[in-house]
Amino acid sequence: MAPLMGMLEAETLRNEVRLWLETNWDPTSSLIEWRTKLAESGWGMPTWPSQWFGKDLPLALNPIVEEEFARINAVSVSRSGIRLLAAATILEHGNDAQKSQYLRRILTGEDTWCQLFSEPGSGSDLAGAITRADFDGTQWIINGQKVWTTSAHHADYGLLLARTDWEAPKHDGLSYFVIDMHQSGVSVHPLKQMNGHASFNQVFFTDAVVAPESLVDRIGNGWKVAMTTLMHERRSADALRSVHRDRGLQGRIYDEERDETATVMEPYKWYPQRAGRVDLVFERAIETGKIEDPVVRQAIAELMIKARTAEWTARRARAAQQQGRPQGPEGSLGKLAASNVARHASKVHTMISGSDSMLGDEDGPLAGLIAEILISVPATSIAGGTDEIQRNIIAERVLGMPKEPRMDTGPFRDVMKNPGPAAP
Amino acid sequence: MQFTFNEEQDQLRATAQKFFADKSPTAEVRRLMETQQGYDPVVWTQLSSELGFTATHIPEVYGGLGLSYTELGILFEEMGRTLFCAPFLATAVAATAIMNVATESEKSQLLPDIATGTRIATLAVFETSGQWGSDSIKLSAKNARLNGTKRYVLDGHIADLVIVVARINHASGADTIGFFLVDGDAPGLTRRTVTTIDSTRKLTQLEFVDVSARRLGGNHDQEAKLAATLDLAAIGLANEMVGGAQHLVDETVKYAAERIQFGRAIGSFQAIKHKCADMLLDVEMAKSAAYYASMAAASSDPELPVLANLAKASASEAYMRIAAECLQIHGGIGFTWDNDTHLWFKRAKSSEVFFGDPSYHKEQLIARWHH
Repeated sequence: MAPLMGMLEAETLRNEVRLWLETNWDPTSSLIEWRTKLAESGWGMPTWPSQWFGKDLPLALNPIVEEEFARINAVSVSRSGIRLLAAATILEHGNDAQKSQYLRRILTGEDTWCQLFSEPGSGSDLAGAITRADFDGTQWIINGQKVWTTSAHHADYGLLLARTDWEAPKHDGLSYFVIDMHQSGVSVHPLKQMNGHASFNQVFFTDAVVAPESLVDRIGNGWKVAMTTLMHERRSADALRSVHRDRGLQGRIYDEERDETATVMEPYKWYPQRAGRVDLVFERAIETGKIEDPVVRQAIAELMIKARTAEWTARRARAAQQQGRPQGPEGSLGKLAASNVARHASKVHTMISGSDSMLGDEDGPLAGLIAEILISVPATSIAGGTDEIQRNIIAERVLGMPKEPRMDTGPFRDVMKNPGPAAP
Repeated sequence: MQFTFNEEQDQLRATAQKFFADKSPTAEVRRLMETQQGYDPVVWTQLSSELGFTATHIPEVYGGLGLSYTELGILFEEMGRTLFCAPFLATAVAATAIMNVATESEKSQLLPDIATGTRIATLAVFETSGQWGSDSIKLSAKNARLNGTKRYVLDGHIADLVIVVARINHASGADTIGFFLVDGDAPGLTRRTVTTIDSTRKLTQLEFVDVSARRLGGNHDQEAKLAATLDLAAIGLANEMVGGAQHLVDETVKYAAERIQFGRAIGSFQAIKHKCADMLLDVEMAKSAAYYASMAAASSDPELPVLANLAKASASEAYMRIAAECLQIHGGIGFTWDNDTHLWFKRAKSSEVFFGDPSYHKEQLIARWHH
């Protein structure tokens, strides 16, 4: 009986979505008008609670809604940037006032958000944050510096992790706030990278203020809230890749969507290069004649082995998951494998391009693309958790090896730290 | 391709794991490696006639189980884990050769005894040049009489059947490759066990002086069939290697948790942890390649030749790196005879080069890809 019930439920849902879309979808409307409808009807985020812009739809049925949207190329709610991380965090840890203040404008895309976690002094050790939030009796006063903040230069709000208690142990002295980015105490500066792009920002806080009602969850629970954000970061990184594909559709709403996407994706335009562009290797080796060089052939073969075994290992992990089997160690190895592929690809591109590897822009091979690979690859083994941190995680959580003795227990005030931030 | 094992395959793995853990503890490996024969005939009988492992990939019409290279790969992996000493690789590769080249009546005659394990078979391809390509085959076949030398022949000293790959020089001046069948005790055939660094695997040198042989599969050139046979052999060995490599990763992690220096388990040092994380990465990547290649063989994937190169090169490098790191993390004790690490280290070394070392397979991979 159960599968039949499931099928009926699915068909009823499909008809319901289809009918709603037929009545409401209008490609000539503005992005905000349409998304307001989505938020109000609950069809924008149907798996969310019906009380908060959703329909309490079970996760398993969500693909049906997405299929119906895709069938007629209906535009979705704003999923770009870190908006959905903010939404997921507020949905889980925020109070009702915060939910009604922020969620709708996240879905419509009217507000842009950024994430203020990393600091110059706490990269791998995120919980070692020293940006401080002090309560002066009426509001929180923020001082310190954040870094690697995508979108901060046009963000309306920030998700801020700051220290509120210096006597508590490291993880217990942090609190989580929503901060209004449009104030004089917040100053945003682009952070230029070694490859010339500036995808991220540094954010300086000098007596910036946060109202008491913008504390998310309770004082001292910031680390737990930040974990929710980070968990969704991993998920949305996968979703992002599939969302932003230009389908070349005509109409006002699509033009507005394209503009939004272009703005959000701008910082990521060099990301394919940082992964090493394995796809270019064979063609380049043939073009340059280096395919005849036995040393280069060995190096290319090595790269093919690394790249394909990494791909198959990811497939094994997915296949196990789909079968409902516990994910084996192969799941946690992907990031380390990707670093190895990128590093080796960079080496192979250098072998193939030879002396031209020194040249960039129009003077360089593929109009500077090869140069961009060579100077972008080092980011892969650092961003999103360094290779060394990945190895610690694999060793301790997958292999169950003994933990390193800790030097950062006890009151955070007494823990050894990096010097504080320099003035902006 | 569904990149996962099904329930029956998981069951087969569990059965194999239990059998080899039981029959091939390290003490038994150490006993057998010192014998001239190199295997235990009683265990061989249990493995073949009771469990049917020797029948795995042989079609049912020839008395086999009709299973695929995926099942065979699982068995190889579990044997490799315990360094199981037996002529299994030799016999499985010889069976593959027969399945690839022989006529129906030859298969009906030869395969049933191999399936039941009553006859041990081996494939003799490589010669004193130490090259792994078919170009290096010099042993000559003239009027079905063989003259020449074969080296690196697996378990040739105990084989009842030897499948010999020979070069046939035609009157026209052209030459072709052909498969021949010779009895292990044929007149004119001298067999000598060569000294190997890995004594858990016996290699022999076979001298053929005017040995009478029977051509298998008719008179056409069989060079392509040889390549196909060696690809499957490389995939089998790759699966065996990842089993051994996984054993070493497990042993290393265990030892690092037990060994205390400077008042703490050495496994709590990042220098050791990071090596172990890389070892796990190595073995998992090599497993993916070995499994994928086995599954491709099971489904006759056209990409199979390249996958064989990829799987063998990947397993060779992973196993050897892991063996070296395992020994390093064990420190001084790892270099002693009494510690078991060297048994796997030596198997890693011999397997690294057997059926072609990583640079051979990488070159072949590019050559096959490029054309």
